[in-house]
Amino acid sequence: MGQVIAFWVFAVAIIGAALGVVLLKNVFRAAVLLVACFFGVAGIFILLSADFLAAMQILIYIGAISILVILAIMLTREVAFGSPSNKFQIPAFIIAALFCTGVIWAILNTQWQISSVAPGATTTSGLGVKLFSKDGFILPVEILPTVLLATILGAIVLVKDRKK
Amino acid sequence: MTIGLEHYLVLSAILFSIGLYGALAKHNAIVILMSIEIMLSAVNIALIAFSRFIVPAELTGQIFALFAMTVAAAETAVGLAIIISIYRNKETIDANKIDLMKW
Repeated sequence: MGQVIAFWVFAVAIIGAALGVVLLKNVFRAAVLLVACFFGVAGIFILLSADFLAAMQILIYIGAISILVILAIMLTREVAFGSPSNKFQIPAFIIAALFCTGVIWAILNTQWQISSVAPGATTTSGLGVKLFSKDGFILPVEILPTVLLATILGAIVLVKDRKK
Repeated sequence: MTIGLEHYLVLSAILFSIGLYGALAKHNAIVILMSIEIMLSAVNIALIAFSRFIVPAELTGQIFALFAMTVAAAETAVGLAIIISIYRNKETIDANKIDLMKW
């Protein structure tokens, strides 16, 4: 029962915050609501018994990405212009609504093979074994640092002031 | 009433559609990037819900979500760097006025 209430609270909070991000005129308020949306997603992860992922969500999204977004908003001084919609507002709404109905129709008309196995109490050790064992995901784990290194170098090169 | 897989998937679909609308209908490039972040979060919810309800002992969906999160962080960093670079050169981040590669 507690899980049902928690799910609906998180779901309403996430959707409300996401709607605020897209509909609010003030960019700064939209960024703050984005943080609320990420918090709700972390709560949903906990309900899905993904404790490590919930911690990572809070660390990466709320700790790093939101700070980056807010810094970018401050650096570009576009707050004064707000976040108006462009001339594609109505077509975009129709596309999003059609997509939403289609996907929900597909979800409700599929026979999912639900497993009755109970999930483990914690996922951290299982994730570690999966990620670093020989027949696990060690190759993607080796490739990701290269991606991150390229990201760091690319970001530094892009924002470097070339006029000097 | 219990919360099943369908609830999480419908939540994920609604969240993805909201992000899609934001990415299509906004002027400000930073708001477009924020909408893309919302879409990526929706996909993570779907991945973890599949992992929890269909293969609870395998954890593969969670590992995929972990990789998606890392790549999303990298994407945000580069995207914001590009936006700041464009702002330096053109004094605007209005996606409709950034038409350098349009002919």
